[in-house]
Amino acid sequence: MHFIVDVINSLFNPVTYFFGSLIGFVAMIHYREKWTEPQLALKILGGVVVALILAMFNDHFRDISTKSDNVPIFIMVFGVGFFTWLSFRQAVVNDRRLAQGQPPVEKETSDKKVYVWPDLVYVEFIATIVAGIALLVWSLCLHAPLEESATQAWTPNPSKAPWYFLGLQEMLVYYDPWLAGVVFPSLIVVGLMAIPYIDKNPKGAGYYTFNERKFAILPFMFGFLVLWVSLIFLGTFLRGPGWNFFGPFEEWDLHKVVVLNNVNLSEYFWVKLLGFLGIGLPHNPIIRELPGSLLIGAYLIALPPWLTKKSAFLMGLLERMGVARYAVLIFLAFSMAALPIKMLLRWSIHLKYIVAIPEVFFNI
Amino acid sequence: MLEGLKKKIDEMMANKPSPEAVKNAIAEGQIWKSIFRHGYPDTPRNRIMAVLSNVFLHLHPVKVRHSGVKMSYTWCMGGLSFFLFLNLTVTGVLLMFYYRPTAEYAYYDIVALREHVPLGIMRELHRWGAHAMVIAVWLHMFRVFMTGSYKPPREFNWVIGVVLLLLTLLLSFTGYLLPWDQLAMWAITVGTNMARATPFLGYEGPGASMLQVGGVKLVTGGSDIHFALLGGHFVSEATLLRFYVLHCVFIPIVAATLMAIHFWRVRKDGGISGPL
Repeated sequence: MHFIVDVINSLFNPVTYFFGSLIGFVAMIHYREKWTEPQLALKILGGVVVALILAMFNDHFRDISTKSDNVPIFIMVFGVGFFTWLSFRQAVVNDRRLAQGQPPVEKETSDKKVYVWPDLVYVEFIATIVAGIALLVWSLCLHAPLEESATQAWTPNPSKAPWYFLGLQEMLVYYDPWLAGVVFPSLIVVGLMAIPYIDKNPKGAGYYTFNERKFAILPFMFGFLVLWVSLIFLGTFLRGPGWNFFGPFEEWDLHKVVVLNNVNLSEYFWVKLLGFLGIGLPHNPIIRELPGSLLIGAYLIALPPWLTKKSAFLMGLLERMGVARYAVLIFLAFSMAALPIKMLLRWSIHLKYIVAIPEVFFNI
Repeated sequence: MLEGLKKKIDEMMANKPSPEAVKNAIAEGQIWKSIFRHGYPDTPRNRIMAVLSNVFLHLHPVKVRHSGVKMSYTWCMGGLSFFLFLNLTVTGVLLMFYYRPTAEYAYYDIVALREHVPLGIMRELHRWGAHAMVIAVWLHMFRVFMTGSYKPPREFNWVIGVVLLLLTLLLSFTGYLLPWDQLAMWAITVGTNMARATPFLGYEGPGASMLQVGGVKLVTGGSDIHFALLGGHFVSEATLLRFYVLHCVFIPIVAATLMAIHFWRVRKDGGISGPL
């Protein structure tokens, strides 16, 4: 038993977790015809539930899971799982019909109009009652948490943001607060708002489909499932004291020491690469950070046009969307990709900052 | 006099009215008519009247696409978000009866709610309802995305929806501080620390040190956006009052206004989405 627990713990680290969720996402998209079949979906659900019950035998995992404020996370994870299945199931069924030249299922009844009273009102009524009862039962069974009175005198470790912001807190590992806490959240909001103006695909309005809207659904689902929901799960169960990474069944050791020998790009460039010149780190921050600045500039300004020219697909996209829409799309896509890219750089070459000007708090 | 009354009652008991007749008598009576202005809604005319003549129901159109009322299509998540908002408004008002947003009382008012109110689950209904609303709003957005319902002519209603999502998170976040326990204070500390790093507006943000007049910094620890948000250098009683007012007054008013626009535009943009 201990052996299995140790193996599972050792399998978990930020790298395997991220790639695991990425592979899971790719598999989910690729095998959507298979797992959306209700029978297989039920088996998967059963497997997850059994795994969860087994995991609950572990004291540490049970302690975290049953913290009353973490219960909503389970509801959220299972809710997102179920509704991902429901939407993909309907999309797969519709895609099969569309491939045979039939209209989507929704089309069969969309021309028929029904009276709001009673057809819609009773659905709302029943949904309200069911939700009301569920909320009552939840409230009767589970006390709202209340810890000791607030004090600045001691800081709990770990100090965690409310669960729905844990994805942002996880970003702080890789980016400074001005990016992870201010710029990226703003870009998420702006990016979500921009979706209807970027997505000019007239197909797939008013019914579930995947094949007709691949390039809208893929980035949205990647952001929602891989970069948002899975990071909330990670932040809740796998981040302990000092925001160190722990396996799901690993005791949160306050004294766990993790070597943080992260290195700035400027040091890589001036000390390691040009070390033979013996100049060392330049004192002028502008010269010191020139390589990193050029790299960021190349990523945001030079790479998109170059990629667009190279790729027939992107050229087609540019022609269909027009320059303004295309530029916004590419900027948002590159901003979103910035998180996984920084993760990879941190894990592979222990890169701390690409541009580091701590004098003016400008670190990327 | 009494004899006459007794006779009348006997007569009534002898020919018992059918449930149908009772229903009709009520639905045709003056009281019912004065409230609803139409008979029981079981005829097409009265069903139309039921929606048109009711201030709450008239958010809906009279008729909707059949595909649009199916739960597998809508998941009911938009409606449930609204239901949870109403639930939070009612339970929130009840909680405000007991709660004083000061460092001296806040925590002990919450303790009193737990210890002294028999079967008191108002705080639970409010807290779990808030978590549920965050989840419901996410799932609503997920559904709207997966059905492509943001496509023209509904683009701007999606934008309003994104703002409502943000307001939902902010409502939940500001409410998180109010119990004034360790969980609350440090979650809000972690969350608001980011504000210090806001470019130009936070004193630890890039560009802030450039904003100087005659060598005097404009953005300092005592004048930046973090200070404005907290009413101090760290989470304190001033923060509690600010978050209380934002949580109970300002954000709900903004959210309710935007919700009205959101619902109205669902109608104006062609009702619930469906295939063309």
